[in-house]
Amino acid sequence: MVAVIDVQHLHKSYGQTVAVDDISFAVAEGEIFGILGPNGAGKSTTVECIEGLRAPDRGQITVLGLDPQRDRAELTQRLGVQLQDSRLPGRLRVAEALALYSAFYRAPADWRALMDVLGLAGKANTRFGKLSGGQKQRLSIALALVGNPRVAMLDELTTGLDPQARRDTWDLIEDVRARGVTIVLVTHFMEEAERLCDRVAVIDSGRVVAVDTPAALTERIQTEQRIQFRPSVPFDDGLLTVLPDVTSIIHRGDVVVVTGNNNALNAVTSVLARNQIVAHQLRVEQASLEDAFVALTGRHAAAPPGAGHNGPVQD
Amino acid sequence: MAVTTFVPLTATRGSALGRLTTTELKLFIRERVGPIWGVGFPLILLIIFGSIGSFSKPRPVFGGFTELDIYVPILIAFSMAILSLSALPSVLAGYREQGVLRRLKTTPIGPVRVLTAQLAVHLAALAVTVTVILVVARFGYHVIAPRQLAGFVVAALLTAVALLSVGLFIAAVAPGARVAQAIGTIVFFPMMFFAGLWLPIAQMPAVLRHISHATPLGAAVQALQDSAQGHWPTGLQLVTLAAYAVAFGLAAAKLLRWE
Repeated sequence: MVAVIDVQHLHKSYGQTVAVDDISFAVAEGEIFGILGPNGAGKSTTVECIEGLRAPDRGQITVLGLDPQRDRAELTQRLGVQLQDSRLPGRLRVAEALALYSAFYRAPADWRALMDVLGLAGKANTRFGKLSGGQKQRLSIALALVGNPRVAMLDELTTGLDPQARRDTWDLIEDVRARGVTIVLVTHFMEEAERLCDRVAVIDSGRVVAVDTPAALTERIQTEQRIQFRPSVPFDDGLLTVLPDVTSIIHRGDVVVVTGNNNALNAVTSVLARNQIVAHQLRVEQASLEDAFVALTGRHAAAPPGAGHNGPVQD
Repeated sequence: MAVTTFVPLTATRGSALGRLTTTELKLFIRERVGPIWGVGFPLILLIIFGSIGSFSKPRPVFGGFTELDIYVPILIAFSMAILSLSALPSVLAGYREQGVLRRLKTTPIGPVRVLTAQLAVHLAALAVTVTVILVVARFGYHVIAPRQLAGFVVAALLTAVALLSVGLFIAAVAPGARVAQAIGTIVFFPMMFFAGLWLPIAQMPAVLRHISHATPLGAAVQALQDSAQGHWPTGLQLVTLAAYAVAFGLAAAKLLRWE
């Protein structure tokens, strides 16, 4: 594995507050690497140290073989950055912003082509202040890419976007990666990490609690299944509670929720079939990255507004 | 969405600082505060004062000069004060507040060059306004052209540097654009009073006149009036202006933050 970003034993405190307490991870060339964690976990501080915006108290960081503090000038040429809560002057037009930023770099991308790819061509003469949230976000991605970077750091990419704009942005990120750009994605949306990231570092209280693929993280805690259905006729709970694979059964109105191990679904459906009970609206919920996250950090991640529960399998 | 390969463009690229300065100039014009209050308003005042017949008659109390001869340096100070104390700090504090400077810190250009570009834009606006005021005053209303031109240029430049330093200091201490603008406005009125906008400095009671000598705009207006009338600005006037430039410039350099 060729490490494009290598962070070793990073420490950073602000006064008495320890923001980052010994963080290490490596990002491989060409991957989408997620940094996941609750608010205040130290994600942004870590990313800012990588970008060279903050100097670490202790530890080693190399990005493309460069030291973010010592080799700042060279690093800024090769690292594209999208910052959380960073705006442009309200009266600056889209095309002007792209032309301006492209002038900063030694070998910039063709900003007009970039504008087309990001679906901003129709907004070339629109002022930043008049763009929608999604358009602003796309422009800030375009600005992160206009220098033809090898690595792009994207912080809270889809915060504040509606679900459609969020999905469009995800497609875009996959396109960017397809061009060979390594991407570091800071997020607190599980769905986003699950969908996009090859690997994720889960950070909590300034420490890395796990680094793995989303699937592997999920598997670690996948011991339970939740089966939910509306029975065609009422039945005695005893039919299911006697099954060794079932741990509990509860009723929510006329919906029955059965919890059990990985074999529970087979056992439950065969019992129901034998008793000629039809399970309407059968759903099986398996552990998602969100559950893994909760298990790892003991906290609930924020759910994006309008997003459903993770990983339902619908009948 | 199509996957495109981006071909690096190397040809036909102006210097980054040049592009930045042009962009900041466009934004300065679109922002309207500078062009309207810093450039347009002093010109309108000039035209109004110029249209008052008695303002163009030589008056013994002004040493044989007209009221308008006395007012042109005050209007120049007015323009410089608006651009330096209000327009400049509100843009810079706003850029910091919105994360514009922080974002630039992650690019090869860095935030210092934005400061350079902003100072260039405001200095250019100052130079244009001063020239236009002088030309309109001379040819429209028969105001004397600066008789000690070198002294006038030195006084104007020193005034610009002193006021821009105060402006940078305001940008450094204000948390955002609105506060910067508010501070600029609060500072502007007493400064303009001591510059003689409402009461010519020569007619002020002794105490006020002494205070006026020590204020940046009081010193500036007197230096500009003296050189317009043919004398070199006094050492005290120039030292006062230079002291403001150095003190506020150093304080701003120490306090100015990019985020």
